[in-house]
Amino acid sequence: MIIVVCIKQVPDTNNVRINPETKTLIREGVESIINPFDCYALEEGVRLKERMGGKVIVLTMGPPQAESALREAISLGADEAVLLSDRAFAGSDTLATSYALAQAIRKLGHVDLIICGKQAIDGDTAQVGPGIAVHLGFPQITYVRKIEAIENGIIRAERLNEEGYDVLEVALPAMLTVVKEINQPRIASLKGKMAAKKAVIPTWKAADVGADPALVGLEGSPTLVVEIFTPPPRKGGKTITGEPADIAGEAIRDMRAMGIV
Amino acid sequence: MPLIIDQEKCTGCAVCLERCPFNALTIADNLATVDDVTCTLCGACAKQGVCPFDAITLLREKKEAKSGIAAHRNIWIFAEQKKGVLQGVVYELLGKARELADVRQQEVWAVLLGKTVAHKAQELIACGADKVVVVEDDCLEFFEDETYANVITRLCRNYKPEIVLCGATTIGRALIPRVAVQLKTGLTADCTELHIDPEKQLLVQTRPAFGGNIMARILCPQHRPQMSTVRHKVFPAAQPDSGRTGEIIREAFDAREKANNARVVDVIEILEDTVNLTDANIIVSGGRGIKGPANFAMLHDLAKAVGGAVGASRAAVDEGWIQYSHQVGQTGKTVNPKVYIACGISGQIQHLVGMQSSDVIIAINKDPDAPMMKIATLALCGDLFQIIPELIKQLK
Amino acid sequence: MNYLLTEEQLMIKETAREIAQKRIKPIAIEYDEKNEFPWEIQKIIADAGLFGVYLSEQYGGMIDPAKTNGITNLVVAVEELSKACGGISLSLAATALGTLPIVLFGSDEQKQKYLPDLASGAKLAAFAVTEAGAGSDAGSIQTTARKDGDDYILNGTKQWITNGEVAETYAVVAMTDKTKGARGATAFIIEKGTPGFSFGKKEDKMGIRASSTYELVFDDCKVPASQLLGKVGQGFVVAMKTFDMSRPGVAAQALGIAAGALDDAVAYARQRVQFGKPIIANQGLRFLLADMAMKVEASRALVYAVARSIDAGDLKCQKESAIAKCFASDMAMEVTTDAVQVFGGYGYMKEYPMEKRMRDAKITQIYEGTNQIQRDVIGHALVKEAASNEK
Repeated sequence: MIIVVCIKQVPDTNNVRINPETKTLIREGVESIINPFDCYALEEGVRLKERMGGKVIVLTMGPPQAESALREAISLGADEAVLLSDRAFAGSDTLATSYALAQAIRKLGHVDLIICGKQAIDGDTAQVGPGIAVHLGFPQITYVRKIEAIENGIIRAERLNEEGYDVLEVALPAMLTVVKEINQPRIASLKGKMAAKKAVIPTWKAADVGADPALVGLEGSPTLVVEIFTPPPRKGGKTITGEPADIAGEAIRDMRAMGIV
Repeated sequence: MPLIIDQEKCTGCAVCLERCPFNALTIADNLATVDDVTCTLCGACAKQGVCPFDAITLLREKKEAKSGIAAHRNIWIFAEQKKGVLQGVVYELLGKARELADVRQQEVWAVLLGKTVAHKAQELIACGADKVVVVEDDCLEFFEDETYANVITRLCRNYKPEIVLCGATTIGRALIPRVAVQLKTGLTADCTELHIDPEKQLLVQTRPAFGGNIMARILCPQHRPQMSTVRHKVFPAAQPDSGRTGEIIREAFDAREKANNARVVDVIEILEDTVNLTDANIIVSGGRGIKGPANFAMLHDLAKAVGGAVGASRAAVDEGWIQYSHQVGQTGKTVNPKVYIACGISGQIQHLVGMQSSDVIIAINKDPDAPMMKIATLALCGDLFQIIPELIKQLK
Repeated sequence: MNYLLTEEQLMIKETAREIAQKRIKPIAIEYDEKNEFPWEIQKIIADAGLFGVYLSEQYGGMIDPAKTNGITNLVVAVEELSKACGGISLSLAATALGTLPIVLFGSDEQKQKYLPDLASGAKLAAFAVTEAGAGSDAGSIQTTARKDGDDYILNGTKQWITNGEVAETYAVVAMTDKTKGARGATAFIIEKGTPGFSFGKKEDKMGIRASSTYELVFDDCKVPASQLLGKVGQGFVVAMKTFDMSRPGVAAQALGIAAGALDDAVAYARQRVQFGKPIIANQGLRFLLADMAMKVEASRALVYAVARSIDAGDLKCQKESAIAKCFASDMAMEVTTDAVQVFGGYGYMKEYPMEKRMRDAKITQIYEGTNQIQRDVIGHALVKEAASNEK
């Protein structure tokens, strides 16, 4: 099976803080990591390859420093990596991004499965995976929590939803987005780390993947960010301290006054 | 490069560096320079009042309005249904759509797909829809990504809505991105505010980014429809007015729209606690401070005592102490209850983003400086393992 | 500080550290309580490639034996794993102890047969010398191996064998000729499942409870001559040479336990507030932590120095090796005791990971040569050196 895993290098938003004076993001000391959901996608791709044979190609669209995320992916079991990077891609929204990635995947040749993480923790849109599927004309299963079987060119998987899950079948080639419930990503092995060091990772530009300049970057992005601001913090109320029984008592009195209980 | 730094005016003071959410600015030779690969042209540095020397300008090309935009009219909402039951978010979309339609002086249309669902159209009309487009077919009984997307894309092409709103549900997030790409238009996810810019008459879509640390305002100026998804419980639900009238438009299902490479095999419900988390008025939620799965029993008891549901932070879910369906936050559910009781939850932004619009927040934590304590209406400072049993006892 | 680790060693350290912090730390207390061997962790350590760090590339390991003995690699891995749990790290350290006899004395056929699985972590190994009546006095082992045609029949019981029952490959030392005293012992490779080889009691230990410790029972266990490890009568030489190589591994375990305790103690002291300030604000407490840090660094310097010497080919550093093991383990006991003290009441509670470290540290003063035996070795070496210097 030829499996393409799309990853994104993102700032670790769990550690991003707001400067209380300027009300802006403090980016210093915030690591760049592989988007956590993409780690689950990669692990699933590698497990499938180990079970069924084939290879895992990891792909990312980003600035030159995104190469380190690709190397990390190789240390986690990917066989090959490609960096899609070009000034022409600057300012891309999810439509332009999914178009560019789809072009890159076309260039890779025959692909059986594309696996993406559910969403990126900086953008949080969850739109790029389905966008790639449409550009390539692939069916999709989103929020996959378990792959039940792949046989006779059909993949059967469970899609997590609000009440439980659906069991769906789609024909390959297909696009999947995965959720954390699907697996536990492995720790990079020594062999993987050594392979990552040695790996040769090509950089593809817009022209290399035959991308129409009108469809990438700012030009190819229907949406446009016009303002960024920090949300005003919610103000606190009162603090209650003391013995647990007294704390509980005062809290209940207040709750009764508010009509809550 | 549209971001221009006037080298005459720039003093290298680096104020702009702090504003950039993407680390795209650096100081070299005492001048600010922008890395045009990393820069997303968001304009945070170019905003009025940021650069003390007015050295930064962001050129936005005045594009010629694309022809054909004016032909797009009306605010559409996707009326998501499961087993013939309209999902809660639909009523909230109708409320917001009505607001937008009134400003634009246009109509609200609902799009309803399913096997036997036409009888629901009246409810949609009562809650604000002027027209309901109904497509019924056996093939549409269960949500199937490509099939639904094909139908909606066709309807959008034929009827040319100006704005399309959809719930950011599992179905919505699988469906609408496909439609947006098929229509080659813009989609903004998880909007927390939607309004029409009075000057430009464009839909202004406000949404959180970076895990909720910042908010972004987004436009889709040249493409139609302008599309947004909205999470359940962000906007208030429209109230039904049985006196309202509207039109039902029946559209036939075109068999070619059926995706022949996909099928729904089964739908499994995992039956759980009785109260649905997103609809609960009171939520008792546990975080890392709960220290273990057994202790969640105490939260269930408190929830019972106040008549609420049990939620959890990502930390508690990741530890395996409680199921993911209880998770509140950026990667979990957004809730908007009257009362949110946060027990042993520090209040990381990714969690706050999912519950900070609760009317009343009661936090129980031994750390008075935890972010959750700082925004709580009532911050109970102490050992939750003693306070919660006391609350349960005294509430009886 | 730059410990002059090679790039590969840094990779080993990083990999072991990740496993320790992300996978072992969360479950260490649970396995200690249950007295259970953590197979899931064993698989993770194996999949990461750590079981082969001291073995030859020829058999799927990481090293070129012409260039190094791989002991520093082993030390780095064991130290990092031990920071999270000294019991779990033992599955690697004790396998090394059971594998090194094959590396040093195995025939090419034996190496080809056993080393690949041991390098990949598919199988574990154990080394069996100790008996009820033969601890420090290894020479008085009673297990016999009677020659019978081309086979040997083993009878006897081995006690307190680390990795017992979980290992597939056992290096066992038994008496082939009691009349020959120290030259009457022979080493064998015995596979789990060999008829006549069974397991007796599982030990319920004070510490390192995630490590599997069992009695081995040989009851007319027939072992073919192909399983002879080294030459007949060479049994104690096999043991001694093995210990010379493996001793830094035990020292590394003790070092890791102490280093992990120190890290946790510093972290705790920074956030525990008493009298309105974190306890680390008290100079007295910082002095205590400083003393602990001195002990840990000194241990590390000793252990790494010995490992490097062995890797450089110096196999005659028995005195320094004994010093490293004795010092690191004695220091580990002191450091973990002090770490419990830093934690105060919380240090005494099983809910917190500190008391376990103190219980885990104790064994490092006892096994693989008690610290009294180590002092004996050091003392004798001093005499010998002084005597040879006089000449």
